[in-house]
Amino acid sequence: MKRTSLAFALTASLCATAFADKQTFDFKDPKGVNNVTFKLDAPLETITGTASGISGTITIDPENPAEAEGTIVVDAETLHVPNPMMKDHMHGEKWLDVTKHEKITFEVKGISNIEKEGNTGSADVTGTFTLRGISKDLTVPAKVTYLPGRLGDRMPDLKGDLLVIRADWTIKRSEFGIQPGQNEDKVSDEIELSMSIAGASPKD
Amino acid sequence: MVIRGFALLLLVLTLLGWGYLGSNLGWTKTSVATTRTDPITDISYTEYESRFVPGVEFLAIGIAGAVVIFAATLFIPLTKPKSKSS
Repeated sequence: MKRTSLAFALTASLCATAFADKQTFDFKDPKGVNNVTFKLDAPLETITGTASGISGTITIDPENPAEAEGTIVVDAETLHVPNPMMKDHMHGEKWLDVTKHEKITFEVKGISNIEKEGNTGSADVTGTFTLRGISKDLTVPAKVTYLPGRLGDRMPDLKGDLLVIRADWTIKRSEFGIQPGQNEDKVSDEIELSMSIAGASPKD
Repeated sequence: MVIRGFALLLLVLTLLGWGYLGSNLGWTKTSVATTRTDPITDISYTEYESRFVPGVEFLAIGIAGAVVIFAATLFIPLTKPKSKSS
């Protein structure tokens, strides 16, 4: 009986420790630094724009990141290009249809090929990318930097940690129902995406 | 003669305006991107400043307008106003 109680207590203690090590990072950045840039090749000039309306959370154990999970959300309305006519077309029904498909998401399902060096590392992040209502499973190479205790440097009223994620990958617009097979002489099928985001995990 | 002068003025203003506002060989922009870096996270991000930068379509419309106005004058008969005889 005594041995069973001891085993139960030990298991509970290990579970508590395991959960305690997991941290949830919130990627809604009040400073507006988090961004995703996108590039499409075009005859006159490369179309370059940014998306700034980023939110979502990722729960991760910085010491054991393989079991990370969470979702990064981009508000489609915040996609911006400097040419106003181009922006209207991009937001319009034939392209992203942002009134109908308000969110672009990346749901993290697993992390593999982790290489750590101090507080930085690289890994392959597997997840489901959803654009214009169409979801595809992708594996994206990412660089991650864990900044313990640095949240206060950005937000003096708070204490906690920061997690910086950088990832570059390419998608084909045709695979997400964006004018498939059309206008490829004017705008390339491939879209280069570059995500740079920092999440905050406040602590008491 | 006045119309040809107007065509020339339109051409000069188009070229000067396009050159002064950035000589942009891309499409017209109404905002200009500036890249900044967050000192804590080292993330590079873009800030947009509202500014009109005319592009090649602005140049094309200005030059085409001047050419059309000048060409139109070639089809207008040069008639001298008749002097009124008392």
